[in-house]
Amino acid sequence: MKASAGGYARAESVGHALELLAAAEGQGRVLAGGQSLIAAMNMRLSVGDLLVDISKISDLSGVAVGDGALRIGALTRHAQVGSDPLVNVHTPLLRDAVSHIAHAAIRNRGTIGGALAHADPAAEFPACALALGAILHVDGANGARSVAAEDFFEDVFTTALNEGELLTSITVPVAENGEVQVLEEVARRSGDYALVGLCLVKRSAGHRIALFSVGPKPILAKGAMAALDAGDLDAAVESLSAEIDPPSDTQASAAYRRHLAGVLLRRAVARLKGDVA
Amino acid sequence: MTEPFRDKVDVSMTVNGEPVEARVPAGQHMIDFLRLELGLTGAHASCEHGVCGACTIRVDGDAVRGCLMLAAQADGAEVWTVEGLTDTNTIDDLQDAFIARNALQCGFCTPGMLVAAEELLSKGGVPSRAEIREHLSGNYCRCTGYEAIIDAVESVAQDRAGKVTA
Repeated sequence: MKASAGGYARAESVGHALELLAAAEGQGRVLAGGQSLIAAMNMRLSVGDLLVDISKISDLSGVAVGDGALRIGALTRHAQVGSDPLVNVHTPLLRDAVSHIAHAAIRNRGTIGGALAHADPAAEFPACALALGAILHVDGANGARSVAAEDFFEDVFTTALNEGELLTSITVPVAENGEVQVLEEVARRSGDYALVGLCLVKRSAGHRIALFSVGPKPILAKGAMAALDAGDLDAAVESLSAEIDPPSDTQASAAYRRHLAGVLLRRAVARLKGDVA
Repeated sequence: MTEPFRDKVDVSMTVNGEPVEARVPAGQHMIDFLRLELGLTGAHASCEHGVCGACTIRVDGDAVRGCLMLAAQADGAEVWTVEGLTDTNTIDDLQDAFIARNALQCGFCTPGMLVAAEELLSKGGVPSRAEIREHLSGNYCRCTGYEAIIDAVESVAQDRAGKVTA
């Protein structure tokens, strides 16, 4: 099918983008890499949007490190995240996530900010942000604010972003000495959305476990985290099973997803211990 | 319509090395623009939601989904399609290998397959068969079963690497 856009405007700066969103009076839609939005437009799932194209705002792209955190601009493309030397050193989880996101040609256009703001519950980056304890930085008519990843994802395709606000960057604490970050997922084919995915981060403060494709939004499995902190993997798997309420669909049943979540946790813990390459 | 938003957008880009200026509908994707306005019918509009890869073109050096990029977003871009890569003899060896290895039958996926494969080959070296398969995993072929395509890409990588060291 063919897209039906209500109109298009190219934003020259963040300020200009905010003006455009305000002028759109609720019909505005931020266009970044477009790898989900244009697909939705072509399928007429999204019709009549007034597109605010932010993709040329160069200062929204790039990776920098400072104050113990890695700052990633919202327009940094998946392929850039995957090959960036700072990401490689400081947040290897994001690097590893990239290889699971769709296909090479899509990773060349899709942006990390777009993926986070889109909040697809089956996507890798939102769960990574949760597992890493990332902060999402938002600009809007009422000024800039920061939202913890745990407060950002609210429901399917729904975030704490208000009408007229723009996600500008995320910051992620740089990995401490000895920190281990692992991503495990099962998909039927390379590039497919995960049937279930799991991020595991081990820090001196404890374990963090985030899952995706197990419900309407990515979740932190706090019970399983506490059990792993206590060194009881079996209890962690049992707790995880109770903490998620995955859907059944044509790809997998809820029971299978619940089973897979436990399998992935065991695999991730094995990798933490260096048992598996 | 709200004032700053346009339903037609002026764009200026290069396509296959030639400057192009046009006024495009706001919601038109690159493939419709290339095919309907410029007559470049090599890249195909097929699934139009980023799954099949038949629309793969090169924009600013990267292989991208032409159906998931608006023509309005291509302002200032350098765009290459299979026609331009053919006319500049950039992919002669790859095309010859596709024929020699029976890496195409109906040919519908081939333009996208060639652009995607050329992106991998342009990185140099000889990728493993698994790496070739992974790089082309976003390009559907319903005829060949992929094995012959992997053969073709692998043989070109080996030939090019041999020429570099020779």
